[in-house]
Amino acid sequence: MTFGLVFEQLLNGVQFGVMLFLMAAGLTLVFGIMNLVNLAHGSLYMVGAYLAVAATAWTGNFALGAALGLAGALLVGMVVEVVALRTLYERDHLDQVLATFGLILFFNELVAIVWGRAALYTSLPAWLQGHVELFTGSRYPVYRGLVIVVGLLVAVALWYVVTRTRIGMLVRAGASNRTMVAALGVNIRLLYTVVFGFGAALAGLAGLMAGPIYAVQPGMGELILIQVFVVIVIGGIGSIRGALVGALVVGIVDTLGRAFLKPLLGSVISPPAAEAAGPALASMLIYLLMAVVLAVRPEGLFSSRGS
Amino acid sequence: MFHNSAKILVAGAIAALIASSPVTAQQKLKIGFITTFSGPVGVIGKHMKDSVELALDHLGRKVGGLETEMIYGDDQFKPDVGLQVAEEMMKKDQVDLVSGIIWSNVMMAVVPAVTATGRIMLGTNAGPSPLAGSQCNALFVSTSWSNDQSPEAMGKFMQDQNINDVYVLAPNYQAGKDMVAGFKRYYKGRIVEEIYTKLGQQDYQAEITQLRAKNPKAIFAFYPGGMGVQFVKQYNQAGLRSQIPLYTVFTVDETTLPALKDDAIGQWEARFWSPDLKIPASQKYVADFRKKFGYTPSYYGAQSYDGIMLIDAAVRAVKGNVKDTKGMIAAMRKADFNSIRGKYSYNVNNLPIQNFYLLKGVKGSSGEVEMQIQKTIFENHKDSYFQDCKMKW
Repeated sequence: MTFGLVFEQLLNGVQFGVMLFLMAAGLTLVFGIMNLVNLAHGSLYMVGAYLAVAATAWTGNFALGAALGLAGALLVGMVVEVVALRTLYERDHLDQVLATFGLILFFNELVAIVWGRAALYTSLPAWLQGHVELFTGSRYPVYRGLVIVVGLLVAVALWYVVTRTRIGMLVRAGASNRTMVAALGVNIRLLYTVVFGFGAALAGLAGLMAGPIYAVQPGMGELILIQVFVVIVIGGIGSIRGALVGALVVGIVDTLGRAFLKPLLGSVISPPAAEAAGPALASMLIYLLMAVVLAVRPEGLFSSRGS
Repeated sequence: MFHNSAKILVAGAIAALIASSPVTAQQKLKIGFITTFSGPVGVIGKHMKDSVELALDHLGRKVGGLETEMIYGDDQFKPDVGLQVAEEMMKKDQVDLVSGIIWSNVMMAVVPAVTATGRIMLGTNAGPSPLAGSQCNALFVSTSWSNDQSPEAMGKFMQDQNINDVYVLAPNYQAGKDMVAGFKRYYKGRIVEEIYTKLGQQDYQAEITQLRAKNPKAIFAFYPGGMGVQFVKQYNQAGLRSQIPLYTVFTVDETTLPALKDDAIGQWEARFWSPDLKIPASQKYVADFRKKFGYTPSYYGAQSYDGIMLIDAAVRAVKGNVKDTKGMIAAMRKADFNSIRGKYSYNVNNLPIQNFYLLKGVKGSSGEVEMQIQKTIFENHKDSYFQDCKMKW
């Protein structure tokens, strides 16, 4: 277990964490501010991936395709908010879960009708296909490096918007006390649509960046959604900072667990036992972490909810 | 009073209809076909259904000379739903036999229910080992294989090539372990490491980083469906394709090739059939399939096409008397039809004894990447469980 290997796995963990963060940031804002449990967040991720793939094929340009995919996800998010979710804010969480679960089925079937059930072909432009030499014999794909950079830039931009701008102030105020914000004459409807559209765009960004690495197929959003919920529970509902920390922790713990847990266990218990326990434990690790956080700090690491 | 007698008349008419229905049933064949149409794996169901429809076209919509009605069912990738669909087909639709089924766990749930009613279950994909061995069943016939025969073939090939230091990866569930067990039955060289990943995992970068650090001579992997698309893409993106050859089973096929394209170049697979197999029945199937549906068929479809052709041969053998299941089974076991895999025979457990080939992903003459047969690994290969099957023929 050399230093180079551990560093590379840490990078892998950060890259996975960054993807989770893009998903979690939107979802935690929607839940924190609008008090809406949105199971269909993964569908917006999927829509972003499909639109980017289609737009890339149409324009023949990866960057342009990504931009169109992002705009498309934003638009789809705002339309979904106006058409379907508006009526749900006053309902209880069970109704919201049912309705947004319905949206998952709707979007999965919709993309299957439009693009078919088979996974779509995605590829990277030549300038993103190479790898960079980190240490001798340790290489990292350029594209995954780009994902990390984009994710961290988005995190910085989000921090600026939320803490330094007027709309960010409203978002923070909405997260801690919705009723008071509405009472002060803020157009809460418009704020909701903007926040939801923005969250959808972030999910779409995660989806379109996932396209070239993962399989673009119906139902791809649900595969990542469970981990995103874990991130939000660990980070604290409604907190962007919590989403960032939670996502990085989950990404790194999951990756390092998959890489090193089995060899580590093998040095403590017998190798055959480690053979069986290692993979099982590695896939449980993030849920164990969530259970510990729930026990110690039930509101999450950085809850922004006013009491 | 009038109403009552009218009721009695209607009841009498219905009773007469029911009594006379067995006569009409003789003229018509009803086949239930269970597969998966929903979810991402629904693409497999599409391949299978399209192939069944093509087989019906080739038979003039008459299987065994009888007017044929196909009833398709969607198991949604769930054993309980599959069982429910099978029950409905048998009770409501009164199907004469049930066929299809992609998944081993669905098959294990459906076979006992279908065969208990005296009906034939014709499997066209799933090959769980119990059905080949201790739980073999006189009314269960397969046009596919036992699950671990393909990895056995790959193990045999890699053993014959004297490839040492193999790194093994598979999802952490029963089929994953069965595949590795099948591989190791014939591969006796050094295995660097065996890694089991979470079922449905999307990102393999951590595993790929680990395996590169171990510097193995070859990789053996089993990643069906979307997992395969992701693993193969990420393996290429890590720049390993040119350094460490990737040998897989059930990972790169005609359902995933459209998503992989050039990423599949240089990929090694083992299978009993491939669209380029030089056998007239297979070439006709592939050419007509491409013409009708506009895409290349997969082995899932080929087995299903064969399933309908096998039923056709059996119904002809019993001269349309489909209630004669004994005669049908006896006819099926002769495999007396033009199979897409060429002439084959049946083992005691009603599983095919057939060839297995080595395939490689190459750029075909049309410019599209396709899996092409390189050589025959096994001739007339029997599964490893038939000795546990106590049936005598």
